[in-house]
Amino acid sequence: MKINVSHIAKLANLSLKEEEKEKFEKQLSSILDYVKKLEEVDTSKVEPTPQVTGLKNITREDQTIPSLSQEEALSNAKNKHNGFFKVKTILEK
Amino acid sequence: MNKTKYQPVIGLEVHVELKTKSKMFCGCSAQYFGKEPNTHVCPVCLGLPGALPVPNNKAMEWCVMIGLALNCKIPLVSKFDRKNYFYPDLPKGYQISQYDEPIARNGSLKLKIKNEKLKNNLEKTIRIRRVHLEEDTAKLIHQFGNQKSKIKNQKYEEFSLIDFNRSGVPLVEIVSEPDFESALEVVEYLKKLQQIVRYLDVSNADMEKGEMRLEPNISLREISNVKFQIINYKVEVKNINSFRFVEKAIDYELKRQEELLKREETPVQETRGWDENKQKTISQRSKEEAHDYRYFPEPDIPPVHWTGNQISNIKNQIEELPSEKLERFKKEYGLNDYDAEILTRDKTTADYFEEAVKIGAGHMIAPKQIANVVINKKIDISSTLPAHLITQIASSKQTATLSDEALEKIITQIVDENPKAVEDYKKGKSNALMFLVGQVIRKYPKKIDAGGLRERMEKMLQ
Amino acid sequence: MKLNELTITEAREGLKNKKFSSSELTRACLEQIEKHDAKINAFITVCKKQAIEQAKEADKLLSNGAMEQWSNLPLLGIPIALKDLYSTKDIKTTAGSKVLKDYSPVYDATVVKKLKDAGAVIIGKTNLDAWAHGSSGENSDFGPTKNPWNQEYVPGGSSSGSAAALAADMYLAATGTDTGGSIRLPASFCNLVGLKPTYGRVSRYGIIAMASSLDSIGHLAKTVEDSALLLNITAGNDVFDATTPKKPVPDYQKGLQKGIKELKIGIPKEYLQTGLDEKVKENFEDTKRILSRLGANLIEVSLPHTEYAIACYYIIQPAEVSSNLERYDGIRFGNDRSFFTDEAKRRIMLGTFTLSAGYYEAYYKKAMQVRTLIKKDFEDAFVKVDALIAPVSPTPSWKLGEKVDDPLKMYLSDVFTVTANLAGIPALAVPSGFINGLPVGIQILGPQFSEELLFQVGFAYEQATEWYKRKAILNL
Repeated sequence: MKINVSHIAKLANLSLKEEEKEKFEKQLSSILDYVKKLEEVDTSKVEPTPQVTGLKNITREDQTIPSLSQEEALSNAKNKHNGFFKVKTILEK
Repeated sequence: MNKTKYQPVIGLEVHVELKTKSKMFCGCSAQYFGKEPNTHVCPVCLGLPGALPVPNNKAMEWCVMIGLALNCKIPLVSKFDRKNYFYPDLPKGYQISQYDEPIARNGSLKLKIKNEKLKNNLEKTIRIRRVHLEEDTAKLIHQFGNQKSKIKNQKYEEFSLIDFNRSGVPLVEIVSEPDFESALEVVEYLKKLQQIVRYLDVSNADMEKGEMRLEPNISLREISNVKFQIINYKVEVKNINSFRFVEKAIDYELKRQEELLKREETPVQETRGWDENKQKTISQRSKEEAHDYRYFPEPDIPPVHWTGNQISNIKNQIEELPSEKLERFKKEYGLNDYDAEILTRDKTTADYFEEAVKIGAGHMIAPKQIANVVINKKIDISSTLPAHLITQIASSKQTATLSDEALEKIITQIVDENPKAVEDYKKGKSNALMFLVGQVIRKYPKKIDAGGLRERMEKMLQ
Repeated sequence: MKLNELTITEAREGLKNKKFSSSELTRACLEQIEKHDAKINAFITVCKKQAIEQAKEADKLLSNGAMEQWSNLPLLGIPIALKDLYSTKDIKTTAGSKVLKDYSPVYDATVVKKLKDAGAVIIGKTNLDAWAHGSSGENSDFGPTKNPWNQEYVPGGSSSGSAAALAADMYLAATGTDTGGSIRLPASFCNLVGLKPTYGRVSRYGIIAMASSLDSIGHLAKTVEDSALLLNITAGNDVFDATTPKKPVPDYQKGLQKGIKELKIGIPKEYLQTGLDEKVKENFEDTKRILSRLGANLIEVSLPHTEYAIACYYIIQPAEVSSNLERYDGIRFGNDRSFFTDEAKRRIMLGTFTLSAGYYEAYYKKAMQVRTLIKKDFEDAFVKVDALIAPVSPTPSWKLGEKVDDPLKMYLSDVFTVTANLAGIPALAVPSGFINGLPVGIQILGPQFSEELLFQVGFAYEQATEWYKRKAILNL
């Protein structure tokens, strides 16, 4: 299995060095070759299991509880300004 | 240049913020407007490590309610999914949304489209593909930059400020089929949608406050080839954050595409943003960068299974919707389309009117007369009680009755003095009648009900 | 016996009878840490000051005759540690990654709150494979943890520090997380009792997520009795975790002594086929003999989809990992994404790929379908038997560095443990002896929410073997 490491890294928002790309490509290919094993299993009539609890309809009432203070909210931010988090604008939406 | 004619094909994604007390997946207050930044946040809506979402049941019910009001089917099974992408306003790097099992699907909304040429209203049905629930993102403020900083390949050393108060506010997304053929239809649809969610009392849907947002996707197809043509591009337009921009932005984009097509170029499939200053749409993201959202079922939230009973309970909570109310007003109060439409535009006015009608019945005042006063006199319903309004109408009626003879005299005088206006009116110029009414009011020493006077003069001049 | 070598149950007796104070007990633990942790590297943060204060508080309560509250404070004055994946208010929480080197949470995880409310003294935060990615404990950005039984060997991961320090008697118990074996593997490599509870039995709120549909919140203890006591505290519904059912929490210590006479215990034949180390096989045969002697009926059962478990797990887990690690962008907390090290990047890439357009059906969806079959294997087996036993790992611990360059080989060491996570069932790892001086363990598996039964079997086996009494010899 060949994978386009640069494309995947971009999707994953990781910047990889060239040598990393090469290494990962090899490692990921071997893992993907291994997981191909699953193709042997006939799952045509099998429902997927995304969760194992069997729970459903777990909700909460529409009630408010106290929020963090602004100081707490910002306490781990490296860049802040006037009560806001601050970030460089280099992304486009 | 070819001379092919094109027909717009427009689909809409509309986001409506619900006015629940708390956010979609945490207990922070959802009433964030105008609050100090980052004061309505907690580990969940800040996306702190280890925090987990628990859905708000009111938001889920309200989403079902919107679905029902839009004539949707409510599948008994629904679930949340993660939509993965990176942007600084999305704290977890994924938005909890719904992918293949939305809360509601396959609905429709009927519109009345004014046809300027034919001077009548055409009915048109817009099909609704799906209605689903998700969480809002944080608010980015481009404090030091400007809109330019969003343009591709321009790397500015500028900063954005982030306020997470809006992060996690419940958002309902309503996706239509590409059934719109003009900006006008889009505007009608938005008004209707806004009216419905306000009637349901689940959202304020104020576009200027960002409580209702739309993203049209716009293409053109050749009119001659409507049935067989495959449209191979679609342009999404963002940043239309006022009712005033909707028509302008869509019309601009339609014209832009038409010009390209006439030069035999295919418009690029992309996202464009409406720039109000420049009065045009500007490219934001082209196809090769199109996002791959890597949806998968949200493992932190168990699926939703409604019972038929729950759905009918929610259905029962839905009060009369605007279109039903309009029909009833016409039937029950003998109003014309125009008056009924104005009176049912918002629920408060409709309720006010009905309250006044109830009280008016005791004073022998007809609903039609009340409607006239409410509409023509632009009564401030927040400061005038219905009972007070009725007293006013009753007394003005009395004034007019008492001085009937005097009034008669003045009317005759005005009609005699203005033969030209009378003639104009008889030729169909309604302005002329208003002129005559105005003259009478000026001459008459006391206050007089203009609506009543107008009716009286109409009859007289027939 | 030194105070730090006591079990929780023994220490509770001692505190109750005023044989020693919590301060003395805590100090004994801190001394052991100071003496040995430079070599073992089991801690990322030692909360010396806070621990001494908490111990003093506990002593105050004890001397004020808090005896009537004793049952409400089952950990009063007991020093324990937390895997550094558990959010602790105002105490650095790193997940073993430099991304969170300076991250100090503003809130406590639900389990941390429960442990504090039970009176525990939090002595520190333990080392782990970064983001809990690893089976050996070598993948920490804060250096590898070493196995106290032989420092050239790995302690097992990812709850490596929690296990190693407990085996080195640096505290009386520690929390862990088990997504594919991360509690059971280090427990078995360090001669400890490790519990992976039923998925959802213990709240995940506030514990840094690895793979959300697989993460089980458990703990490492010296004995089965201690393990049961801890689950009494941590188990139960949490309104902040929608995947925790409102099932009542029984007293897990109550049925310990019931014995295992007439119990039907299944031996999954697939676990004994390929790749199992000869000595581990022998050790497992011993275990079977002991259980038979104790009166259990051993029955061979089949879990036919076992051979697909690792493949299934290494699709689902990285997919969820890739999504869970998206929030680490350096904006609200921590460093940016360039601080991720190889294993995290590998899993992010793998998961991003399998979820990406065009591959979802072939990988993620397929894996979720196979997961259904693996879960059903267990359900079918539990119709025939009450519980299952199996080795925890196909081999004993390995030497540091032996598998670090071959991720797939490392992944395959989870072959016997990932199945329980895929099925969401509980598993209890209990010491089963030694191979060349290195501990090995067995695991007892049962249907969802059968922890009582697992403790019952584990206790009978433990009392018959008493492996827990052996202590690692730490050379200075």
